[in-house]
Amino acid sequence: MADRYSFSLTTFSPSGKLVQIEYALNAVKQGVTSLGIKATNGIVLATEKTVHNTLVKSDSFNKIELLTGDIGVTYAGMNPDFRVLVDKSRKLAHTNYKRVYNENPPVKILTSDIAKTIQEATQSGGVRPFGVSLLVGGYDDATLSKKKNEGDPNASGFSLYQVDPSGSFYPWKATAIGKNSSSAKTFLEKRYNEELELEDAIHIALLTLKETIEGEMNGKTIEIVVIGEPDNAKMGFQGLEGATGPRFKRLTPQEIDDRLSEL
Amino acid sequence: MSDPSSINGGAAVAMVGKDCVAIACDLRLGNQSLGVANNFEKIFNYDHTFLALTGLASDVTTLSEVFRLKTNLYKMREERSIEPETFANLVSSTLYQKRFGPYFIGPLVAGINSLTGKPFVCGFDLIGCIDYAKDFVVSGTATDQLYGMCESLYEPGLGPDDLFETISQAFLSAVDRDALSGWGAVVYVITKDKVTKRLLKTRQD
Repeated sequence: MADRYSFSLTTFSPSGKLVQIEYALNAVKQGVTSLGIKATNGIVLATEKTVHNTLVKSDSFNKIELLTGDIGVTYAGMNPDFRVLVDKSRKLAHTNYKRVYNENPPVKILTSDIAKTIQEATQSGGVRPFGVSLLVGGYDDATLSKKKNEGDPNASGFSLYQVDPSGSFYPWKATAIGKNSSSAKTFLEKRYNEELELEDAIHIALLTLKETIEGEMNGKTIEIVVIGEPDNAKMGFQGLEGATGPRFKRLTPQEIDDRLSEL
Repeated sequence: MSDPSSINGGAAVAMVGKDCVAIACDLRLGNQSLGVANNFEKIFNYDHTFLALTGLASDVTTLSEVFRLKTNLYKMREERSIEPETFANLVSSTLYQKRFGPYFIGPLVAGINSLTGKPFVCGFDLIGCIDYAKDFVVSGTATDQLYGMCESLYEPGLGPDDLFETISQAFLSAVDRDALSGWGAVVYVITKDKVTKRLLKTRQD
């Protein structure tokens, strides 16, 4: 019975809108602000860790997660939906790519696979759309060589994508999602330039968060992940030709506080 | 006698040189001892990556088309050609999917990585176990003869012209001592920006 009558809840309104998706976007717009910046030599993902009660242990959870060693993701919107998507994305990276080619997927490929699962939730029966927008940032050699071949003078292997509840995705140089995203975006627009390096980008990320943050701002209330140079010490082995360690690095509260004091 | 991998006959070899690779195969397609065709090429290329398939002729044709499909889809999705190392892993996972009812083939992959410029050759067993080599790989019904010839003629660091001579001599001598291989041969010499295909005259018996 349940499977015979499980029609999609997301249906067109007479005006041509899919209101379920618009509601999902509203859920995102109420979410805590997150932002991403693409620098010449890396990606910065940053978000606020809202703690509505002082008794919550804020160091026991993360809002920016690792998908592959070189790709990170953060979100604005519903936390449970985000965690489901992180699990699915990590599995996709393996079943659709690593187990076929024995290498990790490029950022664009993984992003489009994630976008595909998100889109399917807008057309399938018995489900609701995901209540999150994602920022996916990372590094891959494919992007680097493609840019080089195009003769791009600023060629780098880093890319940053935003994925919405509809399943559409776009590449960005810098962007923000969530509650104060529009003011954060205007702020980023003013501060961004093509020659930004990682440390400048972290600086701008902190300044932007400062504009939008609601509570106190310190190492415990914000989270920052940097995807920059590979850290071969994290591999746990050495001597394998061509192997590089993960680029994903989460800044410690201490590292954040150090940078905040210099702001 | 009814071993599927030696019904049709055929042999292939690939070698590494200095900034180049070479890959060769024979042209025979037979039915046991009866020669049927002398224009059955066993080397296929997917842009700058080359694949030799020896073994059961029907599986050679099927797999060459499977990989044409897979590499074309890869190219559309990734907006780039597949690299030899990546293709080798694709071959491996594709063959292992048929672990308990395998294709009766012996593949070789050769090519030059367009990002790093590094030459690459490798071979496989019929269920996809990769045999990485820094010198040469062989496959087909003349495997034993090819190992013997390659072991004695191969030397590292050969340029494209010397590599062509070496692979041709090794291959011709090997297939002449195998009743199921021969009837003509082709040799591809691959450098970073040029591919040369040569047809070799062989004994026709």
